[in-house]
Amino acid sequence: MVHVVLSDSLKAATGGKTVFEIDAANIHQLFLRLGEDHPKLKPILERGVAVAVDGQIYRDDWFQPISPGSEVFILPRMAGG
Amino acid sequence: MPLDSKLDPATHKFKLVGTRPSRPDGIDKVTGRAKFGADANAPGMLIGKILRSPHPHARIRSIDTSKAEKLQGVKAIVTRDDFKCDDPSQRDVVYNIMAREKALYDGHAVAAVAASSAAVAKKALKLIKVDYEILPHVIDVDEAMKPTAPLLHGNMITANVDPAPKKPSNIAARYEFGHGDPETGFKQADFTVERTFITEATHQGYIEPHACLASVGPDGQGELWVCTQGHYMIRNTCAAILGMDVSKLRVTASEIGGGFGGKTTVFIEPVALALSRKANRPVKMVMTREEVFRGTGPTSSCSMTIKIGVTKAGRITGAHGEFRFQGGAFAGSPVELGAMSAFACYDLDHVKSIGYDVVTNRPKQAAYRAPGAPMAAFAVESVIDELAKKIGMDPVEMRLKNAAKAGTKSSYGPTFNRIGLIECLEAARKHPHYKAPLGPNQGRGIAAGFWFNFGGQTCVSLNLNVDGTFVLAVGTPDIGGSRASMCLMAAEELGIGYDKVRTIIADTSSLGYNDVSDGSRVTFSTGLATIAAARDAIAKLCARAAKTWNIPVDAVTWEGGYAKPSGPNAGNFQPLSLKDIASTAGKTGGPIAGHYEVNAGGAGVSFAVHMADAELDRETGRVQIKRYTVVQDAGKAVHPSYVEGQYQGGATQGIGWAINEEYVYGKDGRLQNAGFLDYRIPVASDLPMIDTVIVEVPNPGHPYGVRGVGETSIVPPLAAVANAVSNAAGVRFTALPMSPPRVLKAMEGASPRRR
Amino acid sequence: MSQVRVATTINGDAVEYLCEVDETLLDVLRDCLGLTGSKEGCGTGDCGACSVTLDGRVVCSCLVLGAEVEGREIGTVEGIADGDTLHPLQRKFIEFAALQCGVCTPGFLIAAKALLERNPNPTETEIRFGLAGNLCRCTGYDKIVRAVQAAAAEMRKG
Repeated sequence: MVHVVLSDSLKAATGGKTVFEIDAANIHQLFLRLGEDHPKLKPILERGVAVAVDGQIYRDDWFQPISPGSEVFILPRMAGG
Repeated sequence: MPLDSKLDPATHKFKLVGTRPSRPDGIDKVTGRAKFGADANAPGMLIGKILRSPHPHARIRSIDTSKAEKLQGVKAIVTRDDFKCDDPSQRDVVYNIMAREKALYDGHAVAAVAASSAAVAKKALKLIKVDYEILPHVIDVDEAMKPTAPLLHGNMITANVDPAPKKPSNIAARYEFGHGDPETGFKQADFTVERTFITEATHQGYIEPHACLASVGPDGQGELWVCTQGHYMIRNTCAAILGMDVSKLRVTASEIGGGFGGKTTVFIEPVALALSRKANRPVKMVMTREEVFRGTGPTSSCSMTIKIGVTKAGRITGAHGEFRFQGGAFAGSPVELGAMSAFACYDLDHVKSIGYDVVTNRPKQAAYRAPGAPMAAFAVESVIDELAKKIGMDPVEMRLKNAAKAGTKSSYGPTFNRIGLIECLEAARKHPHYKAPLGPNQGRGIAAGFWFNFGGQTCVSLNLNVDGTFVLAVGTPDIGGSRASMCLMAAEELGIGYDKVRTIIADTSSLGYNDVSDGSRVTFSTGLATIAAARDAIAKLCARAAKTWNIPVDAVTWEGGYAKPSGPNAGNFQPLSLKDIASTAGKTGGPIAGHYEVNAGGAGVSFAVHMADAELDRETGRVQIKRYTVVQDAGKAVHPSYVEGQYQGGATQGIGWAINEEYVYGKDGRLQNAGFLDYRIPVASDLPMIDTVIVEVPNPGHPYGVRGVGETSIVPPLAAVANAVSNAAGVRFTALPMSPPRVLKAMEGASPRRR
Repeated sequence: MSQVRVATTINGDAVEYLCEVDETLLDVLRDCLGLTGSKEGCGTGDCGACSVTLDGRVVCSCLVLGAEVEGREIGTVEGIADGDTLHPLQRKFIEFAALQCGVCTPGFLIAAKALLERNPNPTETEIRFGLAGNLCRCTGYDKIVRAVQAAAAEMRKG
């Protein structure tokens, strides 16, 4: 199980829930499970979000592995200048 | 993504990385040979011009182009009817490049003409009759949030709110970040400060206006030459808007005369392509400076309320911020980045930031260098400075006491890895500037700043030539000297001279997709891909040597540009040079090239600390910067001169933002200063030398430890200058820019709010 | 509109062209003569990217008419180098990393060259005011000022 924290900015899509224990080995699996459990979150995940795994931020990188002890944080999509 | 790094960047002795060779595009740029956006022409070329709305908010009842069409020399006219793209992800983009039911800001494009000359095109614009129904408008962010404000979009329901609001508003979205409970934190504080801050919209101010040359034939094949930060983005967006196959549109990035985020989207490009398709002739479009100001993206103007509590010992116990950013006529202000980055310099138990993305009748904002972060840092670092004064603590000491470090749970969520804020603060404190005496009417300000840095989709091709030299093809436009740093990294890895690699920016049909040159990502991600491609090429070179010698491939090593047997057991062979291997490549298996394709993650955040000395003329209210020092973590500086250049350039843009630059609107909602005379960016005589200190705390996500450096440098200056001016004046400045009228008002004790 | 015939000297070469009466010198240089080294940053004389010399004096070529330069001498960035020998300013701009995007560089080189011809040993302040008519958004001017100082020192040595 992976401990996943959803940014407060996205909690409107999960009825206020921000902390999840999810069985996922990579970002793609994490999105599939989260999307199944929270249909309102699905389009947001599909549009694109940023995922921080152990402090490193990834954009749209489905197969980035997640190990059971990892810290996973889901943030709104980000872009720079 | 450290690849399988063989080296430790902290201790490795680099041969080339860290040196300062001449940039490969230098000669072209000092002789006038470099070709920028407006420097291309084509046979039979037409000139395109755009008609823009003079009204900030108006329903477009009708557009009559019949008279203009009859003018001799007019070859094509396009309006909203020519941009009927139903891709929902492009909806706002299309509306922004060509007004639909309403014109949403002064400068919004309404129609465009292609004609045989610029003079004919301008004449034709005057013959187009647009019937406008003028609507009430709103320019100010706080006004736009009121329930009584004129609505830009009748269907805008604030996102990220549960339950969703029933009524539409100008608030596109609400964001929330943080952890703990600030109220609990404030109860533990000995002092709290709460203040509201204002910043005005500023433009990226690139010296080269947007320009392109488009050519589309009746077979649907198109070519586009354009100054942009991302030619693949241009290709994909234009193809989607115009219903073209992506493969049929080839986009070539010209030399780019500055972008700073402002050239990360489309404006004239789809219009030029549509005109060219209609006329079946090449069409060149070049914006005037007035069009750049009125019709492209400045950054947000902001209103922010910050509350921070601190103990007498200098420990921050709680922090709360509300950030209200207007991003022009469409959703998408960088408020979430502002809210996320605001408190990122600090290790806090109780922190919360709320952000509101607001629409107004202004041009749609475009990214501007660390979008959202400089304004948020201005507000937060001003309050930190005030609190340090209140408890009588040195401002660097106060920041050190609370500085984020490896293991800190960041204010936006994730836990930091190895970061360099403490190193930057220590370097600032040690710098002679920090202890230098100040003159009369002078004040010193310091501020810290944070930026995320990004990676993203990247691919490169590294081709070996017959003489043993290489061409490196990359897909990220060179916006700050990246061709030099790519040559350095490729040559470092290959063990050859810097001048043996030539880096080019490939067109969109010659190389796979690359994300835009934004988010300080190029040296990091294109560099990472370059290093990996060089390693790929080395593996192939070693394999050819192994075949030639008839020994196993693992018995060959690569050293100093030569394939060598890995030891006496591998056999006694003369090393093979690159030239040896290249000249026989056709016989040993064909051409040799290294490739790498990646969605690079692990960009590694970065921090900076700036120090400014400001001198105040109490009679005129004029502020002058007398001394300025930038300290910033680069991870590893690949070409230190261009790292320093990023530090100095970011600081200077921030100084302009702090003391001079602003979009000034009249009561009629029209922009009043759409030119460099009235929108004054810093000139050489306004500034001192900008001192730089490069701190190197390697990024674990890059094989050489590189962190992006382009954006962080604009985060602290607004606050550093505001703190300096506040210290000089003895009055806390809470509104930017600190232009003479505002400074005089603030010193008279009047409200430092809007003019 | 009938066109005007103009005979002038550009970078030491005799040049003749026809231009509209309201056409700027910048447009003539760029669009008729293919000298695209001079850039248009504003078209209103505020940015200096189109700087050229007219009889040795720096002007914004966007504020000069093509028809005005009959019999005059124009110098553009394309004429600064002597064959394959770069001018010291050109070399020092590269060596000191005094350019990032490079779009303002032609104007700076023209202005700096005229400044050093007038004043071979300028102070930092004189350089800063001498170049105050040229906008650069990338560098913060630091490295530009240092490059001009270094070129001036080298030129004084001869």
